[in-house]
Amino acid sequence: MDQVIHFSQNLLLTCRDLLPIVLLFAFFQIVVIKQRIANLKRILIGSIYVLVGLTFFLSGLEDALFPLGKIMATQLTDPEFVGGGEKAVDLTDWKNYIWVYVFAATIGFATTIAEPSLMAVAFKANQVSGGSISAWGLRIAVAVGVAVGITLGAFRIIAGTPLYVYILVGYVIVIVQTAFSPKSMIPLAYDSGGVTTSTVTVPIVAALGLGLSASVPGRDPAIDGFGLIAFASLFPIISVLAYGQFANYLVHKPKH
Amino acid sequence: MDLLPIILVIAFFQTVVIRQPLPQLTEMLIGAVMVVIGLALFIEGLEMALFPIGENMAQALSRKGSVVWLTIFAFALGFSTTIAEPALIAISKEAALIAVSSGLLEDTPERIGSYAMGLRLTVAVSVGIAILLGVYRILLNWPIHYLIMSGYFLVMLITFFAPKEIIGIAYDAGGVTTSTITVPLVTALGVGLATVIRGTNPLLDGFGLIAFASLLPMIFVMIYGITVFGTG
Repeated sequence: MDQVIHFSQNLLLTCRDLLPIVLLFAFFQIVVIKQRIANLKRILIGSIYVLVGLTFFLSGLEDALFPLGKIMATQLTDPEFVGGGEKAVDLTDWKNYIWVYVFAATIGFATTIAEPSLMAVAFKANQVSGGSISAWGLRIAVAVGVAVGITLGAFRIIAGTPLYVYILVGYVIVIVQTAFSPKSMIPLAYDSGGVTTSTVTVPIVAALGLGLSASVPGRDPAIDGFGLIAFASLFPIISVLAYGQFANYLVHKPKH
Repeated sequence: MDLLPIILVIAFFQTVVIRQPLPQLTEMLIGAVMVVIGLALFIEGLEMALFPIGENMAQALSRKGSVVWLTIFAFALGFSTTIAEPALIAISKEAALIAVSSGLLEDTPERIGSYAMGLRLTVAVSVGIAILLGVYRILLNWPIHYLIMSGYFLVMLITFFAPKEIIGIAYDAGGVTTSTITVPLVTALGVGLATVIRGTNPLLDGFGLIAFASLLPMIFVMIYGITVFGTG
């Protein structure tokens, strides 16, 4: 019974969340464009799918993805696990958390390679560049960027250094790269930072950060817990710009 | 399909590296099934309903050429898609709970709810403004990198005044906002506009809207943090 009540509450909240889009589309369709909507029935069915799907997703998120990310973070930072059976291990030393970094890198790479919106962007990028940028090359570049980003982000949480320092350095690198990059790559690279962090990746990665900051001694979740997604958005920009420069170099390099 | 690599990585780590049972395994499996079903339905519905209307509307408005309506549409599109973005809903709730557990926020459902909603509204308004800016960029053909660089500069400037507790979530907000709903609709608007306007290359100028939508929330959420917690 509790489940049903909980679910209906979520359904109502989802209705509220979707209301602005419905209002926007209705208003523009009726007042501004003044056209009849084609396939009205199909659109209504689709809207119900969106509503029910979102409700399911959010309910499942609370039961599965968030706890999962946190539990994995706790288990990976468990003193016994970190020490490999030996008791005396310095939990404040960032070098002892090797498996956390491996996990961060793998999860970053794996989720990004499978990201549908990235596939779409990679396909468009291939067209923009006239083929010099391959769709697979771009996807790997972005995935490597995310993997490095999340790993570095995990290191930051464990080491407890301030977030803005890393982001500032990242920005400087982006700006320097921008100056040397082929013009056509720039908007694409900037966008690829945003598209990598999908609906499924965000909760797991965020929970990993929050779990890490809760279990590593001396870290405060409120201050250190967030920030992993920022890394995952910034580093792909760097790796894509680098890839663009590399692809450009391959095309223009003097032929022997 | 989107979930498969995640499941593989987690399964590998649980069985090979950690070698500990997961607590509440049944609950988690049910939850995971709900996530999969929910996401599948949600994306199917988006493709059936929201995307065709959104793309159609973006193109109709671009052709109509009324700057006023385009302005309103751009803002409203950014705002409404962000409010509905699942990842943002999840993160803002988590942020509110974290703020409570470290004593920054009173532990009442109203306070938690209003803080989470405040975060979401802030992000939604900033994405609205970002899309608006991005549309003007396409219309007026401003080079993107100067705008992004001034954005970076602003982010760094405000970081110095923002309370420590908001910086992480603010920086994350940029990446969270541009997700399942926002990216396809906003890209449709950008490409639609660039197709209609002469002298622009749709594949080139159509991109870049997302970049603004990732940047402005960082600035706005930090300002929100300053208003809620005071300066750091």
